[in-house]
Amino acid sequence: MGVPRFWREMPVRYNLIGSHCTGCDMYHYPPRAMCSSCHRESLGKMEEHQFAGTGQIVACTVVYQPQQGYEMHGPYPMAMIEMDEGARITAQIVDVAPEMVKRGMRVKAVFRKLGEDSESGIIYYGTKFTPVEELEPEEEESADSVEAEL
Amino acid sequence: MRDVSIIGAGITKFGELWDKSLRELGLMAGLEAIQDAGISSSDIDALYVGNMAAGSLVQQEHVSALIADYCAMAGAHVPSTRIEGASASGGLALRQAYMAVAGGFIDVAVVGGAEKMTDVSDSESAHTLSMGADEEWESQQGATFASLHAMMAQAHMTEFGTTREMLSAVASKNHGHAALNPQAQFPFPIKPEAVSSSGLVSDPLRMLDCAPQSDGGAAVVLCASDRAKEFSKKPISIIGSGQASDTLSLHHRASLSRMPAIAVAAERAFAQAGRKPADVSVAEIHDNFTISELIALEEIGLAERGSAGQLTLDGTTALGGAIPVNTGGGLKARGHPPGATGVAQAVEIVQQLRGSAGERQVKGATLGLLENHGGTGATAVVHLLEVN
Amino acid sequence: MSGIVSYGAYIPRYKIETTEIASVWGQDGSAMARNLNVFSKSVPGPDEDVITIAVECARTAMKRCGVTGQQVGAIYTGSESHPYAVKPSSTVVAEAVCATPYLTAADYEFACKAGTAAIQTCLGMVGDRQIDYGLAIGVDTSQSAPGDALEYSASAGGGAFLIGRDKVIAEINHTTSYTTDTPDFWRREGQQYPRHGGRFTGKPAYFLHVASCAQLTMKMAGTEAKDYQYIVTHQPNGKFPVRVAKALGFTTEQVETGLLTPRVGNTYSGAVFLGLAAVFDVAKPGDRILSIAYGSGAGSDGFDITITDHIENLDRSATVEQMISRMKIINYPTYAKYCGKIHMRSGG
Repeated sequence: MGVPRFWREMPVRYNLIGSHCTGCDMYHYPPRAMCSSCHRESLGKMEEHQFAGTGQIVACTVVYQPQQGYEMHGPYPMAMIEMDEGARITAQIVDVAPEMVKRGMRVKAVFRKLGEDSESGIIYYGTKFTPVEELEPEEEESADSVEAEL
Repeated sequence: MRDVSIIGAGITKFGELWDKSLRELGLMAGLEAIQDAGISSSDIDALYVGNMAAGSLVQQEHVSALIADYCAMAGAHVPSTRIEGASASGGLALRQAYMAVAGGFIDVAVVGGAEKMTDVSDSESAHTLSMGADEEWESQQGATFASLHAMMAQAHMTEFGTTREMLSAVASKNHGHAALNPQAQFPFPIKPEAVSSSGLVSDPLRMLDCAPQSDGGAAVVLCASDRAKEFSKKPISIIGSGQASDTLSLHHRASLSRMPAIAVAAERAFAQAGRKPADVSVAEIHDNFTISELIALEEIGLAERGSAGQLTLDGTTALGGAIPVNTGGGLKARGHPPGATGVAQAVEIVQQLRGSAGERQVKGATLGLLENHGGTGATAVVHLLEVN
Repeated sequence: MSGIVSYGAYIPRYKIETTEIASVWGQDGSAMARNLNVFSKSVPGPDEDVITIAVECARTAMKRCGVTGQQVGAIYTGSESHPYAVKPSSTVVAEAVCATPYLTAADYEFACKAGTAAIQTCLGMVGDRQIDYGLAIGVDTSQSAPGDALEYSASAGGGAFLIGRDKVIAEINHTTSYTTDTPDFWRREGQQYPRHGGRFTGKPAYFLHVASCAQLTMKMAGTEAKDYQYIVTHQPNGKFPVRVAKALGFTTEQVETGLLTPRVGNTYSGAVFLGLAAVFDVAKPGDRILSIAYGSGAGSDGFDITITDHIENLDRSATVEQMISRMKIINYPTYAKYCGKIHMRSGG
């Protein structure tokens, strides 16, 4: 992807900036110039909105054949998340075993690498999501690491 | 508005055709269709070309001119237009040609669809396919085209109790049909158990739930019906054509278990034709993923909402059943060159309605339906064809 | 008095054990772990780097105290594993905390003390009233050559300190430094892994600079070891900090809260930030802390800190200890994949 195309969407990707139609109270992500519900009535009534970054998974799957750039993640969970304000976003769920990701799970936004052009190219950053609750039982400490020697 | 007929059809083998370029695929299919139609080049008023992604796959835009030139139409300055709507490109090209003839602008149009997917790596072509979804907000975020359909499958399974066996039955049925089609990419049967145990692509969709990446071309010749008998003994009428759009990204849809654009396109086609779903003898349905066939059947009204899976298990949509679907193998087994598929569907239905489908023939078929969609259902186009 | 107004810390969720690494190279893992006093180290996920960790730390620091991005006048990120050789990590952080465009930013490099150099800079700008708030960030995801001794300890993590004059939770009473040209550990431009002088990194490097800086700082502050509740030093392994603390007259009790390397590994520029964050998580008003960072090349930055009443108004419910206890064990192949030691052919 070209640099300007990525740069233009940085605030949207980094900070979950979307739009809010003050006419009908609908929230959009990514932002829209015109409300999908109110059409031209919404012109002049749209404002920027920074999403809180919390929401709930409404659909999810584990991807075994990765999208380009996602090869290192192993099978990874992709989800459709309904953010608390009502708008939906498609994003990877990170830092959790794929089989633990379920519909209805509460998740929160984290800042991660989306990919890069190449080893010498620009790095793309954006927002992924992680469960709000700690899900797995704590790992048993292995025998060697029980006491840190001082 | 005038009536429009299909007077010729042609199709290449679909598959990994290493020695065939994009332009050659277009020419091969076109020549066969023109010969089948019994027209000469000078009869052709316009070319309509369906192609999804020549720019990404073979670094070529201006595909309309490429095909016109390679098909020796450029010398006569025949107008040529390329139409793109992801995997619906072929069906959209058919509709544009149909409207031009119906509107009285032209008498004879050649509609060709072609795609060359294997000149780039698997990873590249898979990425190109995901451009049919929202590249910025779905693909960049890590979603593959299959993962979006996986979420649709999950939603359908949760809402309606659709099972793994039902999905497998779709693929197995289409392979059974393809075994009778020498032009198919995979002309051999596959047991449902093999589908259920094939490698996971995106849970719950497995390798054999997904159409392959294919090269291929297909073409039909359209003619104003009042002139059709000049050329063809068995012209097939286009009696209905409907098209609809929906949100590009799946996360902007109201429901994950539906593709309402297909329902709207079908309603429009049936309304124009004065027919209803129960009248359909045979159908070509866009099964890029097994779940897509099930949802499309429900949207069109060929199955009750939520029951397309059971219908498939019952054998209703297999050859010999009440409403055979994808007698040529569908996208799964016939192959899926995105630009060609919508036109390949027309070729199969034309064979059926002419009675020339050989071992795949649906006896007494009179009304055929083509359903072609792009992305996760953002573009849908439905045609109804009938024996004259 | 200027000081730390808020803090944020981050340790990735994966760890690899010393015994697992040793088994790959045919070494005695238990002996290695005891020798280094390092039993496991944190590993960043494949989509994490210094920038993503710096953003998490900065966002946490700011959310805790309610200071907004537009109030921040400077952001400095110190690391030896910045994702870019040219293009600052700090500007990405600035965008991600909504601090743009009215601020100054730059990246620091001074091996493991790049982040504390940033603290000193922010203190200067805040104290001189050029800015109201500055973010000093120390984070690393350092690479270590497979099979090298450093592979047992080079880990990932760090912290961010918001420096200001208002509602300071940790006053920085004194800061001073001890700097020489001592090439104990280095990485040339374009090289993936650093090289080091083996045992030369001990006495003439780490110990000389940390001890000298500590003595200088205590002299400036007029203090002795017993005046402090905590000492937090740079911690390349689990042994050096204890040894230098004892030599300075400190007890193991004063060292242990801020010594994370035995479980987390050496987070390089993040080490002192994480050690201090662990102390801030439990510190009480009036507690006094001596903190001495060390960066190869070489230098030490020292800080004499007093905790204020304001610390009790901060939400300290998300702690460094929680981050440590939620780390999940991974094996060497997964570690190699996550750390980029396995290179995919591009365009596959």
